[in-house]
Amino acid sequence: MALKFELVTPARLERASDVYMVTVPGSEGDFSVLEGHAPFMATLRNGAITVYATQGSEGEAINVEGGFAEVNEAGLTILAERIAD
Amino acid sequence: MASLKELKGRITSVKSTQKITKAKKMVAAAKLRKAQAAAEAARPYAERLEGVVASLATKVGTADSAPRLLSGTGKDDHHLLVVLNSDRGLAGAFNANIVKAARDKAYELQAAGKKVSFFLVGRKGRPVINRLFPGQIIEHYETTGIRNVGFDEARDVSAQVSDMYEAGAFDVAHLFYSKFRSALLQEATGQQIIPVPAPAAVEEIGGATVEYEPDEEAILADLLPRNVTIQIFKGLLENAASEQGASMTAMDNATRNAGDLINRLTVEYNRSRQAAITTELVEIISGAEAL
Repeated sequence: MALKFELVTPARLERASDVYMVTVPGSEGDFSVLEGHAPFMATLRNGAITVYATQGSEGEAINVEGGFAEVNEAGLTILAERIAD
Repeated sequence: MASLKELKGRITSVKSTQKITKAKKMVAAAKLRKAQAAAEAARPYAERLEGVVASLATKVGTADSAPRLLSGTGKDDHHLLVVLNSDRGLAGAFNANIVKAARDKAYELQAAGKKVSFFLVGRKGRPVINRLFPGQIIEHYETTGIRNVGFDEARDVSAQVSDMYEAGAFDVAHLFYSKFRSALLQEATGQQIIPVPAPAAVEEIGGATVEYEPDEEAILADLLPRNVTIQIFKGLLENAASEQGASMTAMDNATRNAGDLINRLTVEYNRSRQAAITTELVEIISGAEAL
């Protein structure tokens, strides 16, 4: 089963895809979200979220600023003010 | 009656005006498509943020510890009107309508004994508001050098407004902009942005307990300023689309008017030419008969 992952910036819906796992830099420490995670909301510090498309695959880092993460039964949604290159 | 030469000159000049308005209309149509796409692309973020803020706000409620952006200052004396305008004209009554909406609200508030100040974004609204409410513009945000107004500008404006709020410069803020309904219809609207209007209560989802990190109030305190920013951002985008829509309609009308004028002038020109020829013929014939 896959985790539904969405990355949204004010300008547009940056990414919506099914992934295996996402590691998120929470303001009180990093955490990883797999499919079926308990409902959770957290503010993020500026840093890289890492997206693992499949189990054991190489992680893809995306730098975000001003982020907020919400996990519910629909999946993981990250609202970021900006994606740094 | 105007001479033939004069008529010809006027026809040429109206024709070149028509060319300009036609080009401006085409440009507006192309820009409108882009602005509309931008407004649409911004929707997911705003929707999700609003959802989260609504669910958090119902949870935190109006407790004393609730952030001031939500609970307000406890007073209702000083209102700030944030008016979003464009920098260019040639868009019909677009800017005038926004200013009118803000003006009506300001009169209404003043009649109720409130103090009113203005925060202007964009160039076009300034002269009128300055004349109607001299000395009440406390801040002006320039957008002249910016091609596409975007999130960075919204954040700047929002930061300034929030700072003023924290400093106690006003109690309630309203945002005025033009809502984009269609290319033909734009609606100047006002909405309250500070304190954040109490959102409609949302139902708990499936009864699952949501964990928060840090706690609800800290997250809410973090998200509320963003909500203000996103409202302003939405206003800017709607405004951009509306401006192009209004501009397109205005330029279409101008092009059509120019067309009508050209037709009228052409008829007049032909008539005068015919009259001149007839006169000449009569002169020649009567000259020949006299011999």
